[in-house]
Amino acid sequence: MSAEVSTKAGLFDCRDAFASTLESMAAEDMRIAAVVNDSVNSTKLKGFRAKFPERFVNVGIAEQNMVGVGAGLANGGMVPFVCSASCFLTARAMEQVKVDLGYARNNVKLCGMSSGMAYGELGPTHHSIEDLAWTRVIPNLTVIVPADPVETRAALLWARDHEGPVFLRLSRLPVPVLLDESYAFQPGHWTEMRVGTDVTIIANGILVTRALEAADLLARHGVSARVLNASSMSPLDRNAVLDAARETKGIVTVEEASIYGGLGGAVAELLAEEHPARLKRLGVPGVFAPTGSAEFLLEHFGLTAAGIERAANDLLAEARAK
Amino acid sequence: MDRLRRAAAHVRIRSLEMVHHAKVGHPGGDLSGADILTTLYLSVLRVDPGNPRWPDRDRFILSKGHCSASLYAVLAQAGFIPDAMLNTFMDPLSKLNGHPDRNKVPGVEANTGPLGHGLPIATGCALAAKMQKAAWRTFVFVGDGELQEGSNWEAAMTAQHYGLDNLTLIVDRNRIQQGDFTEKTIRMDPLPEKFAAFGWSVAEVDGHDYAGLHAAFSRKPIASGKPTCIIANTVKGKGVSFMENKPEWHHGIPSDAQLAAACKKLEKVLR
Repeated sequence: MSAEVSTKAGLFDCRDAFASTLESMAAEDMRIAAVVNDSVNSTKLKGFRAKFPERFVNVGIAEQNMVGVGAGLANGGMVPFVCSASCFLTARAMEQVKVDLGYARNNVKLCGMSSGMAYGELGPTHHSIEDLAWTRVIPNLTVIVPADPVETRAALLWARDHEGPVFLRLSRLPVPVLLDESYAFQPGHWTEMRVGTDVTIIANGILVTRALEAADLLARHGVSARVLNASSMSPLDRNAVLDAARETKGIVTVEEASIYGGLGGAVAELLAEEHPARLKRLGVPGVFAPTGSAEFLLEHFGLTAAGIERAANDLLAEARAK
Repeated sequence: MDRLRRAAAHVRIRSLEMVHHAKVGHPGGDLSGADILTTLYLSVLRVDPGNPRWPDRDRFILSKGHCSASLYAVLAQAGFIPDAMLNTFMDPLSKLNGHPDRNKVPGVEANTGPLGHGLPIATGCALAAKMQKAAWRTFVFVGDGELQEGSNWEAAMTAQHYGLDNLTLIVDRNRIQQGDFTEKTIRMDPLPEKFAAFGWSVAEVDGHDYAGLHAAFSRKPIASGKPTCIIANTVKGKGVSFMENKPEWHHGIPSDAQLAAACKKLEKVLR
């Protein structure tokens, strides 16, 4: 695996919030268990293993079994957090996620780590850009993409209290704190991070930070951009999308994922059926990424403040030309 | 044992009636596993039909979910569902789907159908009992062809590593899968040695001998610190002479005349 992420001052690896929250929840709730596929380091669960060895299950490198074991633990009254690199957790165990969790409604919390292109130069085998498309179509499965450490913690607390399967899509790429400590996650609700009237940028995960930076760049040129944090991928915040379509000139979706089937796909579906509106989707446009670091790849696909600004300006130019 | 024999005959008759009614199903495997299911539900499992999700119940997972007709029939025998409900098998909007749904049918522990799901889930159940220092046991019933799915062997390693002596795997060793005999498809033998090599305690039993099955399921565990694998040697289509040991009855559907002939023979046990 690639080297540990170095975080600059004021930037945080959301896995730290994940690990500390899980440990504190486990200290007060005997039902909480962790299940991993050898991924003790990449999930940052060494502390959990040391503190709660009797509630820590390492199934070895065996993802189908890992998710099935999670379903069985839930059947037996535990609240398992099944943690693995998102690429393996979703792709390798997709049928178990669909059947053992979604269909059977087992109370299992999937934690997909280092999602998107966080593994950078390790390549498309280790990228998880399909996971949003795959998971959001599974009934009963709540899909959450936290934007910062505060939302990571809030999503974990919500997942613990929710009776049903949850997929938390986490990253290792450093982000600043965006949300207030009092923030509480609500399924189907997207936080308006920035009020705006000209164009709407809908982003999730680590890219919410960049969407806000893009809004700052746009503001310098007098463009008022609304920014929505689409952390609740399933269920969607339908009203937030439709309000944006009605109240601004168009929508730019921004995701560290394929533009097909994920956030951009979901917004396109909704708009096409309910309120056709101008849309630009930023993400990975139906290709396997070339070799490069995570930062290089984000730039390559225009997933930067400048890239988002450009897409918003293009959208507004098209709206004016019409 | 006479009680089990009569109940199993009833399970066989009802399973065949259900498959005949739905014109879909897997009668060969329903019949090979009927004695095992009946012995478990009527003489081994600590379960409460009045409180199907009683936390301290024994868990039973039918991994070979395509044999749902026999599971539903035995759940009716055990009092989890009314016998009349069996007449709705696979009807539009029936609770009795072709593969079992734990959220619709009391007594069902897992939504199975795709093969190789049951043993990992059962391993998780057994781990949960160990974590809570609870005494309840977990049983999982797999088809022999099903063991071609790699997820079973992932779980087999986990179960032995964690010393899950509260877990009992039962293999329906009828030697037939959908397309052909198992040994002609992908060789499974020597199955006992495979599980022994994976660190399990292994016993072989006659899957149609109620006393032998009861003894094997009641003994807990064969060896402390090891999961138990009971290889039940069975006959696919058992109890209906023209269905026995024939791959085509994996999911063959009996005609009206075949159903009548099969039931006539099975009803003799009930008299």
